Amino acid sequence: MLAACAFLAAWELYADLSGIKPSILPAPSRIAIQGWLNREMLIANTWPTLGATLGGFALSLAFAFAASILMDFAPFMRRALLPIFIASQTLPLVAIAPLVVLWFGFGLLPKILLVALVTFFPLLVALLQGYESTDRDIAELLTSMKASRWRIFRLARLPSSLPYFFAGLRISITYAVVGAIFAEYAGAARGLGIYILNAKNNFRPDLVLAAVVVSAVLTLCLFGLTLLIERLAMPWQSSGERRR
Amino acid sequence: MSDDILELRNISKSFDGMKVLGDISLSVAKGEFVSIVGPSGSGKSTVLRLLTQALRPDSGTLLFDGAPLDEAPHSFAFMPQRDALMPWRRVIDNAALGLEVQGISRKAARAAVAPLFERFGLAGFENHYPSELSGGMRQRAALLRTVIQTQDMLLLDEPFGALDALTRTQIQEWLQGMWTEHRWTALLITHDVREAVFLSDRIYVLSARPARIIREFHVPLPRPRSIADLGSPAAQAIETEILQTLLHPQET
Repeated sequence: MLAACAFLAAWELYADLSGIKPSILPAPSRIAIQGWLNREMLIANTWPTLGATLGGFALSLAFAFAASILMDFAPFMRRALLPIFIASQTLPLVAIAPLVVLWFGFGLLPKILLVALVTFFPLLVALLQGYESTDRDIAELLTSMKASRWRIFRLARLPSSLPYFFAGLRISITYAVVGAIFAEYAGAARGLGIYILNAKNNFRPDLVLAAVVVSAVLTLCLFGLTLLIERLAMPWQSSGERRR
Repeated sequence: MSDDILELRNISKSFDGMKVLGDISLSVAKGEFVSIVGPSGSGKSTVLRLLTQALRPDSGTLLFDGAPLDEAPHSFAFMPQRDALMPWRRVIDNAALGLEVQGISRKAARAAVAPLFERFGLAGFENHYPSELSGGMRQRAALLRTVIQTQDMLLLDEPFGALDALTRTQIQEWLQGMWTEHRWTALLITHDVREAVFLSDRIYVLSARPARIIREFHVPLPRPRSIADLGSPAAQAIETEILQTLLHPQET
């Protein structure tokens, strides 16, 4: 926190005293003032980005859960699908994003697909790892109770995966906003990505940086939301901490 | 004996070519508390895992009520070494787990276990999470989960090994009292000779790997027992003799 303040102060001083043009390096104060003056445009462009982020994330979550359950129950599906998913992570977003926009147009769909593409894999890996983390004693206990495979999954494997799942969720939520902005950068009517592109083309680095601040705040809010959901979904964790 | 509910005949089991169980034959009668003591790593727990059918024997037969185990309708309530409580379930739902798996609704299962909390020293902790309980309470919760299943037989796999000495003695005394009330058929695996003497009607002593039964003891102490009974000459004599058998098996 202190380091961030010192950095901002140094930046402010340098921008004011060195005589560098605001169109090259705007001072933090200028970014704040210009961001405030342009707040309506910024906010208006934040909503589509938030929509693409949440939409893509929802798709990614649904798909990761379905795929992880399939792969947990059928090991051959795991062997068949995992290499494909790993390969999907090697695709350079710079090349893929314009193509997806080309195929699916300037609407919401290509953004949702790209967000899903970048957030899906951490979630899937976290879930698979989480299922494997199930305590062997608990699994054997359930077997001794003659619980079915599905019962064991629901009673033990799924709850065991929650801490891993939330770790994956936190990682992918930080990718999600960046993914959405990147998708908009490749082509969109509205959104923070296209706003950044336009501001850059108009030689307004102050507005570019203001939009960056907005996207950072957005990511932090979503991150905080995952922490809140984690608390609510795993009440036993916080109660254990309180005791110790 | 005709009232044997469980019988193991000439069971052997190897893992990766290493013989763990040599030639195990033992029996448990209905309403009897039987212990198996043996050095650590002797394959004591393997016996239980054969019974829960987590493992299959290489040779020999497992009989339940006179019929092969895979064919006989049977149900065991198993308590693993560690308490295996689910950290995400409240204590009452952990205790009711077996009933829920049997297909009883969560509400009915809770109603069935709730009256027992008092007797198990867990009153007031129904809605706590396991991480909020002490080690002794966790073991009692795991025992409650085991006995509430009202199965044919209890299988206890070194259930108190992780507890401190005082807590262990407390819970042994408590379990002895509970057993005297209910007369569950039980098979206990332990390396604690005193625990075996205190709780059991009969004790099998296993050799080191490959495990065979080297001796069988009857414990003549009357029921109900108290910890003080462990000081009696009869109890002392058995305890010493079991320890002798364990430490110097070739001399017996």
